[in-house]
Amino acid sequence: MSEAKKPGWRELPEADVLAAGTADKFHTGGWRSERPRWIPETCIQCMICWIACPDVAVTTKDGKMTGFDYDHCKGCGICAFECPTKPNSIVMELEKK
Amino acid sequence: MPTAAKTGNEAMAEAMRQINPDVVAAYPITPATEIVMIFASFVADGLVDTEYIPVESEHSAMSACVGASAAGARVMTGTSSQGLALMYEILPIASALRLPIIMSDVNRALSGPINIHCDHSDTMAARDFGWIQIFSENAQEAYDNLIQAVRIAEHPKVKLPTMVTTDGFIISHCLEKIEILEDAQAKQFVGERKAEVSLLDVEHPVTLGALDLPDYYFEHKLQVAEAMRQASQHILEIAKEFEQQTGRKYDLIENYKLDDAEIAIVALGSTAGTTKAVVDELRSKGVKAGLLKIRVFRPFPAEALAKALANVAAVAVLDRADSYSAQGGPVYTEISSALYGKTKAPKLINYVYGLGGRDVTIDDIRGVFSDLQKIDKMPTFNYFGVRE
Repeated sequence: MSEAKKPGWRELPEADVLAAGTADKFHTGGWRSERPRWIPETCIQCMICWIACPDVAVTTKDGKMTGFDYDHCKGCGICAFECPTKPNSIVMELEKK
Repeated sequence: MPTAAKTGNEAMAEAMRQINPDVVAAYPITPATEIVMIFASFVADGLVDTEYIPVESEHSAMSACVGASAAGARVMTGTSSQGLALMYEILPIASALRLPIIMSDVNRALSGPINIHCDHSDTMAARDFGWIQIFSENAQEAYDNLIQAVRIAEHPKVKLPTMVTTDGFIISHCLEKIEILEDAQAKQFVGERKAEVSLLDVEHPVTLGALDLPDYYFEHKLQVAEAMRQASQHILEIAKEFEQQTGRKYDLIENYKLDDAEIAIVALGSTAGTTKAVVDELRSKGVKAGLLKIRVFRPFPAEALAKALANVAAVAVLDRADSYSAQGGPVYTEISSALYGKTKAPKLINYVYGLGGRDVTIDDIRGVFSDLQKIDKMPTFNYFGVRE
């Protein structure tokens, strides 16, 4: 948005109230230094990674885990840490430069 | 109207019972403990419908207040001194998000050295956080101000958090006879909060509190400043309505025998009451003394104040907080700024007094009036009640 089109303080919504879901448009995947890799063969679909993910970056379909939304996953590794299977069904790997 | 003997804390707890807020989140601290302690007993006894959130700190208390208020609830809390200081991080968030949280703050000296008694250092340090600040002279005003604060904070043109203060122990623990609204009358006066957005309204989801970088932050802060400026007129409207209900008159400032005064004191809180007694005494001796009491410190009533002091010859501004080498205490700097450039303005001197609960006696106030009669020989910045 150009400087001229930005709203002044009178037009701007009060209290920084915005439409919902604005984080969806903000891709934070570029922050990642490590990325999670899902190993479906050992995954038991317990959904613990889905509950634990602080960025809603674990993708699902019909109530089952299907992988990661790499546009929003910041690579924190909580999913891999919380994964209960042995061996782990989520492993963290260095992000390729 | 029913009357009762109440301490300042009991009066504020009684106002909270009648207001019946949706949520109270608070952590106890001397001398404000009783407010939330008494209120907690109202919750336990089923006298209110409030969700009471006992938290582990004042930081959490104010954070819970912000969350609940953003959800659309009417929210109250109470604290003092270090408790208020622990809330400082969250206070400007509450005002920036335009959340009308209502707080009782019992003025107590900030540590250190550790002290539990009255001065205004806690409230004055919070003056630039976008909160409306209303001072009370006694328990009656504490009750009346807290009832009015609900309407002020939630006014659609204001939407700013509001703190009502009393002086620690002097008001908070002193038993006075006060008039209390009938429950139904209080309920009708405060009405219901009508929040424009609610974080719990899943049908109309919103984002609140998003990152606000250099291209938008400034505009949002200007909105807060403008809302604060606009608040003055709405505080007066609500005071008028309150007066119609109770006969008790409120303004941004109170002029006590000021119209023809030659010398006057400006004070906040309980010291205003002490000063009134000395004004009466001096008047009986033919001395034209007066008092200007500041009730509303934010928004600062600069115009009303400059007008009220225009014809006074000599004025002493009393500050119950020091600003350590600034050009006077916080009240003095505001007043000297308000008077700067006015063609008719009094000679002005400043006193820092009563820190850490140092007693403020009739003799102290007599001394200030006596100084005012020889103001040309007085330095600008003074202290009273402190040992040399």
